[in-house]
Amino acid sequence: MSRLTLWLLVGCVAAAALSVVAGKVWLPLDAWTAADPRSIIIVELRLPRTVLALVVGAALGLSGAVMQGYLRNPLADPGLFGVSSGAALGAVVSLFFGYAVSAYLLPVFALVGAAATMALLALIAGRSGSLMLFTLAGLIITSIGSSATALAISLAPTPFVASEIMTWLNGALTDRSWQDVELATPMIAAGAVLAAFLGRSLDALTLGEDAARSMGINLGRLQLLVILSTSLCVAASVAAAGVISFVGLLVAHMVRPLAGHRPSAILLPSALGGALLLTLADAGVRLLPTVSELRLGIATAMLGGPFFFAMLIRMRRKLA
Amino acid sequence: MSGLAASSLSLTLRGRRVLDGIDLAFARGRVTALLGPNGAGKSSLLACLAGLRTPDSGSATIDGEAVATLDGRTRGRRIGLLPQSGEVHWNVDVTTLVGLGRLPHRGRFGETEADRAAVARAMAATDVTHLADRAVERLSGGERGRVLLSRVLAGEPEWLLADEPLASLDPAHQIDVLARLHEAARDGAGVIVVLHDLNQAARVADDVVLLREGRVIAAGEADAVLTAPRIAETYGVTVEIGHAADGRRFIVPLDRA
Repeated sequence: MSRLTLWLLVGCVAAAALSVVAGKVWLPLDAWTAADPRSIIIVELRLPRTVLALVVGAALGLSGAVMQGYLRNPLADPGLFGVSSGAALGAVVSLFFGYAVSAYLLPVFALVGAAATMALLALIAGRSGSLMLFTLAGLIITSIGSSATALAISLAPTPFVASEIMTWLNGALTDRSWQDVELATPMIAAGAVLAAFLGRSLDALTLGEDAARSMGINLGRLQLLVILSTSLCVAASVAAAGVISFVGLLVAHMVRPLAGHRPSAILLPSALGGALLLTLADAGVRLLPTVSELRLGIATAMLGGPFFFAMLIRMRRKLA
Repeated sequence: MSGLAASSLSLTLRGRRVLDGIDLAFARGRVTALLGPNGAGKSSLLACLAGLRTPDSGSATIDGEAVATLDGRTRGRRIGLLPQSGEVHWNVDVTTLVGLGRLPHRGRFGETEADRAAVARAMAATDVTHLADRAVERLSGGERGRVLLSRVLAGEPEWLLADEPLASLDPAHQIDVLARLHEAARDGAGVIVVLHDLNQAARVADDVVLLREGRVIAAGEADAVLTAPRIAETYGVTVEIGHAADGRRFIVPLDRA
């Protein structure tokens, strides 16, 4: 295990501990024993929320790294280029037609939405790896997704459904339960296992498609695995926490110079970095002295937006 | 049939017949240059030989087995391709980049001693050992060309296919790359290289294939094939063929034929 991985793991443990004790009410770590009346806050609220932050963060970091490697594009992020909007649209459709039917319906709809957008992106931009084509495709998919979502809101049968959709679209981890953890974790684990098989192929793609194929990489199989892995991770994250952007972009970019630029070398560090970043950010929004808690999705966007701009300015010459 | 060969190979792309009944056999230990005007089908032929395209009829074979149906990794180990594009998408260091050439050989559990040794040999052969830790984006054009060739050599393929490896290189680096290709052939690989420059072909090639509109105009030993009438037939230009002091030939295009 590399030193970077070790440090990120230590960071995750520390961030998780902070996330359990921090909030409007500060709790000592030993308050979880049954004798303590505060144990219910830890066991039923803080712990599932912390676990979810770790798992969702890891999923977003990992899928960002996978997307960047596959599309050979350092600006790729599931939140920015439509995959999350696709998952969100799927989820909104399920909310619209009656979320109450089954708790498992929403993640399934989200998965279908994410897979469809990811497939569309891969179809349009995956073949050429062109930055311009990919960015335009992502932009268009995102805007179609959000206008369809807006349509669903304006057609919502009751104001309650509309506000339900709205609050959930700005991702957050407030009031999550163990049930959310149980729903999201297996999907994300499956996506991560698939991603573990992608390293070699993503490395080969560094040299472009022809060179990769000449080295025996099956691009059709790779595309399918990328779509499945990314969709599983993103759909589970969106189903559990709503739309949270920029995590993949931020994290992959930060670990790349430390882990070496090889796509396979940044997969694990990006997952750990994502877990660390989201857990810290979620503890952060609880500590801000705001009247109602700042939504996590807004917080990551406020961090990521300026960062994205800075990256774009640095890449300006290359893109022009 | 042993070696890499094309038999009655035809390929149609977007309704256009780009290769039409190609019959060729290539020999190991020799450098074969594929020559012809733009659109003659040189790159398409290379892609068929490398297994990247499946011909509509006929076949490309390696030791009698169809290249297109070969298992991907086996094919990757036996046939190394240096594509024309020269793309490198991530700013990896030179050792990592050359190491990518070992991907068809590598198991799930990372590099072995043999992989590292092959990478070191390939880097020494292309004279890039001193650049080992340099990031790709900080290489000059010539260094980058050598490093990319080194990547293919690291796979120690039986067949080395290069698509216009001299594009965007200055004369000194062109001579370097041609020398490496020549060495690879001397070490036993079959080298097939698409070239644009007749002089470079005359300089490096043991054998020459002249292509025009998807057909073979002539194939054989370089001296026998690179004659003024054949070149006129292939390119539609008249040329003058002279000899340098050391006996090597140079070919100067004069006019449209």
